Amino acid sequence: MSEVRRTRAQQAKDKKSTFGTDVDLLKYQLLSDDKTDPLGLDGLTHEDRAKIIQSGIDLDDQDRAGTFFQTDHRIVHCAVKQPGLEVLPMAQALKEHAWLEELYWQAVPVDSDKYTAQAELHFQNGYFIRALKGQRVTTPIQACLYMKHDNTAQNVHNLIVAEEGSELNIITGCATAPSLQSGIHIGISEFYVKRGAKLTFTMIHDWAEEVMVRPRSGIVVEEDGLFLSNYVSLKPVRSLQMYPTTRLIGPGAVARFHSILLAPPGCELDTGARVVLEASNTRAEIISRTITTGGVIKARGHLVGLKPNVKAHLECHGLILTEEGIIHAIPELEAHRSGAEMSHEAAVGKIAEEEIEYLMARGLSEEEATATIVRGFLNVQIEGLPPELQAKVDRAIEESEKSML
Amino acid sequence: MLEINDLWVDVNGKEVLKGVNLTIPSGETHILFGKNGSGKSSLLMTIMGFRRYRVRQGRISFKGVDITKLPIHERAKMGIGLAFQRPPSIRGVKTRDVFNVCNINSVSCDELADKFNFSGLLERELNVGFSGGEMKKSELLQLLLQDPELVMLDEPESGVDLENLQILGKAINKLLEKYLWRKRAKSGLVISHLGFILNYIEADSGYVLLDGRIHCHGNPRELFKGIQRHGYRECIECQR
Repeated sequence: MSEVRRTRAQQAKDKKSTFGTDVDLLKYQLLSDDKTDPLGLDGLTHEDRAKIIQSGIDLDDQDRAGTFFQTDHRIVHCAVKQPGLEVLPMAQALKEHAWLEELYWQAVPVDSDKYTAQAELHFQNGYFIRALKGQRVTTPIQACLYMKHDNTAQNVHNLIVAEEGSELNIITGCATAPSLQSGIHIGISEFYVKRGAKLTFTMIHDWAEEVMVRPRSGIVVEEDGLFLSNYVSLKPVRSLQMYPTTRLIGPGAVARFHSILLAPPGCELDTGARVVLEASNTRAEIISRTITTGGVIKARGHLVGLKPNVKAHLECHGLILTEEGIIHAIPELEAHRSGAEMSHEAAVGKIAEEEIEYLMARGLSEEEATATIVRGFLNVQIEGLPPELQAKVDRAIEESEKSML
Repeated sequence: MLEINDLWVDVNGKEVLKGVNLTIPSGETHILFGKNGSGKSSLLMTIMGFRRYRVRQGRISFKGVDITKLPIHERAKMGIGLAFQRPPSIRGVKTRDVFNVCNINSVSCDELADKFNFSGLLERELNVGFSGGEMKKSELLQLLLQDPELVMLDEPESGVDLENLQILGKAINKLLEKYLWRKRAKSGLVISHLGFILNYIEADSGYVLLDGRIHCHGNPRELFKGIQRHGYRECIECQR
């Protein structure tokens, strides 16, 4: 099976992605060695630690059910503190669980494009997280993918399984070392939410100005399963393109995507989510709040209703804070059956002067009024998000406020 | 308290006020009557300092200070407050947060909201999905918190059902209370269509604004009676 996969990857290694700027992968160095022992957290510099903490990771492992930490291609730290939960480097998980072959590359086709191909052909680990049947792991598990060597490619493959009736809360922080200027991060993430399980995935990105990012994610949700994704990217990045596809395959399955994006000058964000409602009584929601201070944002969304009695809503709201900058909202609704209830709402523009002046009439200066409106705009209260993770999202927003205004 | 001299104002190149003169002494409340589009709201918006309302000529002074060119928030800080006729909805901004901005005397927003049957709306986004009456109530409560010296109300009773009229009346009365034993603390400039407001405010003077000009002034109740009886036609003819 792995031979077939490799052949398919080989065939796709020059295949351009449908969306986003094409990246010349040959420009980036591929690090590799045979060492498998973890580097340990002690080797992190003071600067590394500060950067990692910013992306929501707690380096003391406190109040965490598990931790996975990888720098470039090497595992730094991998620990699990709760029974019923597995956190493993991907390579090790593939060795220990032969059954993983049945899930590996099933939610994301290996030959999707040159990035998925590179992740297979130059595999550099990643994480495997799994909650066993019926285990409710409410304490968050944290995963950090850190890039330290300049001008390199990081190719990781993550796989997350929430077994029947289980619950998982994962927070991932992806960041680059302060000294790193350029690089590419390719991250394959496959999520399997089994019957009645709940999986919350919160991702905070903190890249560098010349970094290219190409996550490729696929999610499969079974009957009565719930997948909740929160994505926050408020720091500069050269180009980020992702368009994860979720399949709701069992009746009653639910998926919700919330993203908060900021594009400073020189930054190109092409992101969105696609949800295919393949079973009856499934529900999906895609909500994005985007702000440009000079960069380009494409906010996509695609909802596909294949069965009657499905309900789906798409919401793209964009704010343009400077004269430069583009926000392009591309919402798509596709209903194949009558009785599919699907809607979208998109609004892109500047802050209404009327709103600013209204708050000024209450005593706020123009800057304070603008900040209040921007804060409100980004204030997406995410239903079902554990308070601790909501606090992380709120803090990321707070920290970036100054750079926005 | 407020003095307006020969005020000429444009909105997008269209003349909306044509030489308005108006004086509101400290402690007095004046009522503005007039047809739709006569310039009543424009006058209030100009006094508040909204940028769309470009002052071409004339002067506005408040407490002896020329405020014609002051930004809105500085006017607010000096003690001018406006309850909007149609306030904007602001997504994501909680009503409670706006109340907190207004709350200069640190009173309890919860107690105030409770008193005016508004508690359920404090955590909602400002004016998003509010009924007409709820918006008006929100405006008046914000002014109660802001505690301005000059209270400007732009049609506080329009779009409000009968039951809520009583509650709003109570709030307006609280804002512009007139005491027998001492001088009223605040001044008021109130736009009214229906005259309902006259039951809640001891108004000292009334004006009729037509086509950007003040045509009559006098006892507000008498003016209102005249308008009820004859419409605004008589006001056009009469130049008192």
